[in-house]
Amino acid sequence: MTLDEFVKAFAAEFDDTPEEAFKPETNYKELDEWGSLVALSIISMVDDEMDKRLTGADLRSCSSIEELFNLVEAK
Amino acid sequence: MSSISIKNIAIKGMAGCVPERVQENKDYPGMTPEEVQKYIAATGVVRRHCAIHDGSICTSDLCQKAAEKLMSDLGWDKNEIDLLIFVSHTTDYKLPATGIVLQDKMGIPTSCLAFDITLGCSGFLVGLGVMGNMMASGCFRKGLLMVGNTQSEYASPEDRSMTLLLGDAGTVTAIEYDPSSKDEVNITYMSDGSGREFVILPDGGSRHPVNEKSFIMEDCGNGIRRTRLHEKMIGDEVFSYGTHFIPKVYAEMRSKFNIEPEEVDYLLLHQANKFLCEKLRKKLKFPPEKVPYNIQEFGNTSGATIPLLMVTELQKELHDHQLNMLAATIGVGFSLGVAQIKTHGGIVVPDLMYM
Repeated sequence: MTLDEFVKAFAAEFDDTPEEAFKPETNYKELDEWGSLVALSIISMVDDEMDKRLTGADLRSCSSIEELFNLVEAK
Repeated sequence: MSSISIKNIAIKGMAGCVPERVQENKDYPGMTPEEVQKYIAATGVVRRHCAIHDGSICTSDLCQKAAEKLMSDLGWDKNEIDLLIFVSHTTDYKLPATGIVLQDKMGIPTSCLAFDITLGCSGFLVGLGVMGNMMASGCFRKGLLMVGNTQSEYASPEDRSMTLLLGDAGTVTAIEYDPSSKDEVNITYMSDGSGREFVILPDGGSRHPVNEKSFIMEDCGNGIRRTRLHEKMIGDEVFSYGTHFIPKVYAEMRSKFNIEPEEVDYLLLHQANKFLCEKLRKKLKFPPEKVPYNIQEFGNTSGATIPLLMVTELQKELHDHQLNMLAATIGVGFSLGVAQIKTHGGIVVPDLMYM
């Protein structure tokens, strides 16, 4: 999966936030819609699309979608 | 991973009891109606049955009521009970063991071995494995496995991730030594204490004894406030762990016990929250009609979820049919279990009781 595809897949898990709001440098934790339920759907998406285990600690440690992508890729 | 395979036992009956008192999630004052609706949609919990935690209804009371009705319906004489295991994190006292208190309150003979197992959501599968193994050699003849929790007690009213999720229930499973029984119980376990901080009640044990700071409401972010005497759960870690490891353990079970999914009648998932359960259902590739839910009515009742699901959703089937069931639990610890349970009809299941 490329970074762009990851950003799109990340954006798809949000119901109320427009796709344009999602860029590689977006700090997802600062989005209004970010919360515990969206976090679960991101963990689920990474498992489905990349067959990798993302933890809550991983999500809390990253400050951008790109950083998260790199962390997952390295797993 | 440790696996067990139990024979020579028969599951004779199952029963459950929940508090009559209901808490509707839509009435929660801490969120807007829209926020509550979203929460209900994601977790699947519409309402929960919760005791008032003043000592009037304990887990042991719920289990006792269920057990006495079940024994009556089974025609079991209490003098025949030689093994009683109580599985819960909401014991009557820190000591003595609640199982022994129940032995006395229920008039079971003192020749019975009674003890507690302190586990949460994995409680039924661990209890079943322990009791099944103890009974399989014929050393014990008639056992009562009581599993439940009144853990809504541990939820901070200002912690929506817990107070809208946790419900109370007590269940009992009656197991008999029977070398002619065709019942089979195969279980694989994992114990992983690296997850201990992810579901924890921090103070009140020996590690962090109760002190003045234990009672202070702390701001934990995201609008959540709790004290160190409330249960704390890091939901995303439980989700990450469960959705990763349950499928792995299931895959191992499939090959070790030659499980054919098409021959499985039901997949019973620990009712943790609907989002987690649906993720597991899809990963394990089971269709919705084989995966019952009662989380909408009872919430997450910890160790009671699997037996409660059997009582409310499979009452008739357990009696009328042979069943090949799978059960999967991920619980506090982490303690994880995946089981195959094969039963052969005639199981007595009274209607769900209330207290």
